[in-house]
Amino acid sequence: MSNSTLGSRLDRRQFLKASAAMGSGLVVNLTLGPAVALGGGDFVPNAFIRINREGTVTLVMPQVEMGQGIYTAQAMLLAEELEVALEAVKLEPAPVNEALYGHPMLRRQMTGGSTSIRAFWTPLRMAGATARALLIQAAAKEWNTDPATCHAQDGFVFEYSGARKLAYGQLVDTAASLPAPSSDMVKLKDPREFKLLGTPAKRLDTPGKVDGSLKYGIDAFPNGAKIAAISISPVLGGKPKSVDEQAALQVKGVRQVVLTDSAVAVLADHTAAAKKGLEAAAVEWDDGPNAQVSSADIIRQLDQESLEAGAVARSEGDVAKGLDNAVARVEAIYQLPFLSHAAMEPMNCTVHVREDACELWVGTQNLSAAKQAAATVTGLAPERIIINNHIVGGGFGRRLEVDGITHAVKVAMQVKGPVKVIWSREEDIQHGYYRPYYYDRMSGAIDADGNPVAWKHRVSGSSIFARIAPGAMQNGVDPDGVEGAAHPPYKLPAIHVEFKQVEPQGVLTSWWRGVGPSHNVFVVESFIDELAAAAKADPVEYRKRLLTENPRALRVLDLAAEKAEWGKPVPSRRGRGVAVQFAFGTYLAMIADATVGADGTVRVLRIITAVDCGLTVNSDTIAAQMEGGALYGLTAALHGAITLKDGRVEQSNFDNYQPLRIEEAPHVETHIVPSAEPPGGIGEAATSAVFPAVTNAIFAAVGKRVRTLPVNTDELKA
Amino acid sequence: MNFTVQINGRTHSVDVDGDTPLLWVIRDILGMTGTKFGCGQALCGACTVHVDGAPTRSCITSIEMVGDSQITTIEALDTLAHGKALQQAWIELEVPQCGYCQSGQLMSAAALLAENPRPTDEDINDAMSGNVCRCGTYQRIRAAIKQASA
Repeated sequence: MSNSTLGSRLDRRQFLKASAAMGSGLVVNLTLGPAVALGGGDFVPNAFIRINREGTVTLVMPQVEMGQGIYTAQAMLLAEELEVALEAVKLEPAPVNEALYGHPMLRRQMTGGSTSIRAFWTPLRMAGATARALLIQAAAKEWNTDPATCHAQDGFVFEYSGARKLAYGQLVDTAASLPAPSSDMVKLKDPREFKLLGTPAKRLDTPGKVDGSLKYGIDAFPNGAKIAAISISPVLGGKPKSVDEQAALQVKGVRQVVLTDSAVAVLADHTAAAKKGLEAAAVEWDDGPNAQVSSADIIRQLDQESLEAGAVARSEGDVAKGLDNAVARVEAIYQLPFLSHAAMEPMNCTVHVREDACELWVGTQNLSAAKQAAATVTGLAPERIIINNHIVGGGFGRRLEVDGITHAVKVAMQVKGPVKVIWSREEDIQHGYYRPYYYDRMSGAIDADGNPVAWKHRVSGSSIFARIAPGAMQNGVDPDGVEGAAHPPYKLPAIHVEFKQVEPQGVLTSWWRGVGPSHNVFVVESFIDELAAAAKADPVEYRKRLLTENPRALRVLDLAAEKAEWGKPVPSRRGRGVAVQFAFGTYLAMIADATVGADGTVRVLRIITAVDCGLTVNSDTIAAQMEGGALYGLTAALHGAITLKDGRVEQSNFDNYQPLRIEEAPHVETHIVPSAEPPGGIGEAATSAVFPAVTNAIFAAVGKRVRTLPVNTDELKA
Repeated sequence: MNFTVQINGRTHSVDVDGDTPLLWVIRDILGMTGTKFGCGQALCGACTVHVDGAPTRSCITSIEMVGDSQITTIEALDTLAHGKALQQAWIELEVPQCGYCQSGQLMSAAALLAENPRPTDEDINDAMSGNVCRCGTYQRIRAAIKQASA
């Protein structure tokens, strides 16, 4: 999901077209990527910016808001160049239209991989700057003067002389009649001129989140909608065998029982009746071929298959020689569990299948796939699919998959009128697309000075790209599977990295916040710590030695170490752990302070982050993502594991798939390194770094190396 | 069965089974969607409302248990003693991320301040431990409660 992963650079070609939108003033259409036909009399009513005659500025948000602050950040990009006050604009989620709103890096309309700012940094500023240029030209035309004598500010065009001004709303008709400037004629602001970008601007979506007024997908109630509770086969690939439909229908409020190929849904007037009806239906399942699947077997398979060579992701220097001539060798196996996303808003999707169209109300990270899924199930043409996309109550990658939409549309196909399909928390946790179980074999060696002379890393696990985009596989290497492993930030003269695809039976895998790096950074940063220990070197000093050619990494490490007072003595059974990473286009150093109780309980006291994510958009959002990202990863490091027995997921709700709670939450401190580099992603960076920062702190505290997650407190007892 | 419930100072009549959780009466029948469904087992606190001032998980509170108690939901938070101050602090400190759990967080926080206007960190942890946030906004929740209590 990163830049390197998908290998496509931001397409610099942009096609601008301004047109008079019927009754709605100025519309600037800026299409991304390859040229699409906008001519031929076609009227394209949506774009990033709409200004009406009353002066209302509406910004259409191409990316989906799921807590990461992208609505505000993208609005800031537009508002900065358009010269309007951020709080004066109206936001509107983009409809499905890849030509207008497709992601320039991912090539689809989707939100993920910490790519939104990286991808839209230039296009959205271009959209704002283009509109500004047109409005200035329009004013100049009205005044019969040279546009160079005018400037825009706060929703007005002024003459520099101060003599005249016109509000944007008064200029839209004239502006819309002007030819759009070519993209090379549009002048973007120099970053030194930014007034809004880089500030901790207030989020635009907060007020509706403190008074209950904001509508998530689960809050959509189209007229006449019935509510469906759904039970999906507890074993992947199973089918409903028997259903007591009569018992379900006897429950007050229950209206209909629907069977699909893999699920049973009970429709009712409200959720409680639907749930009660589903229970009464006493569904029995034909488990199918995966009824024997267990975690123990999956791990055994990984252990064995990881002994065989994988596809080579990178090989430089003579690793074999380095290992043979080493002063000291370190061998280690790291294991990371399946993880559920467990977003707070349970999976849900409201669907109305009509004869000529299918309308959806949902919060999805992946509009393109959602549209296709609905088209596939209904047999309707994709353009007959209408999606009302909502702000998402937590994505974390789960809503990049559209299985929830497929299930809901299958139900809705059999229902007259709209139906809202809601998953229980149990369904949500037991029918995930899980972060893969990874099994990594590491070998390393150091010379007499303690420097690494060999580094060998074999990743084994499920390949997400092999399933969703086989074309992205590179000679058997899943680029996500080795992201963060193939190119550690350190000077390693001999490095050999392999990917061994091992697919678990009966388990679906997919993206989880932090994607490849959330697995590989744990392994790499733990193992570099192991080499530092073998070299009897301080973990920060050791890393600094190996980062002399990587100034941005060195800078964040130095800053984090300074802020964390690295080296200052700590009490017994307390330790500091460090992690450094370059991922998602962002450099991050993190230092965690942890204590380990006599009973093995780990308590993280404080997390210091130093981040260089290039030019910044919203500094407070960066801090918020450092805080939230770190806690999301910390939850998994301390508690997270999905296990299977008899083909069924053993966890079911927040009692046995434990979220971090407030009393366990450390204070996370963020330090941003000023930078003029291109922007990097921040939504997933801290999630990746926190695993090794914490386990390295545990090592510092009690001398035990955590190689299997989640942390097993039994092994840490005094 | 017909039940009469008092929510945010208004009386509503609903015809449901007695074991129907209050959450679904509020959301699905009365259309007040600010109160959220998170787990259905009183494990996450997203559905927290006040029943006669006490923070209550509406997902496991049946309509027949409610009787003529006064129920307050997030939609009427601003009518409570510390409601507006909490909302203001939540906005000033930019607490919400995805925001889905925040109705429940705010209702729990309002109940805490009503009982204890000057909570310590430990008091806050105790009162807020039942409210899960997957976005990890806990440190801002702590700071915002303190700001609202000041």
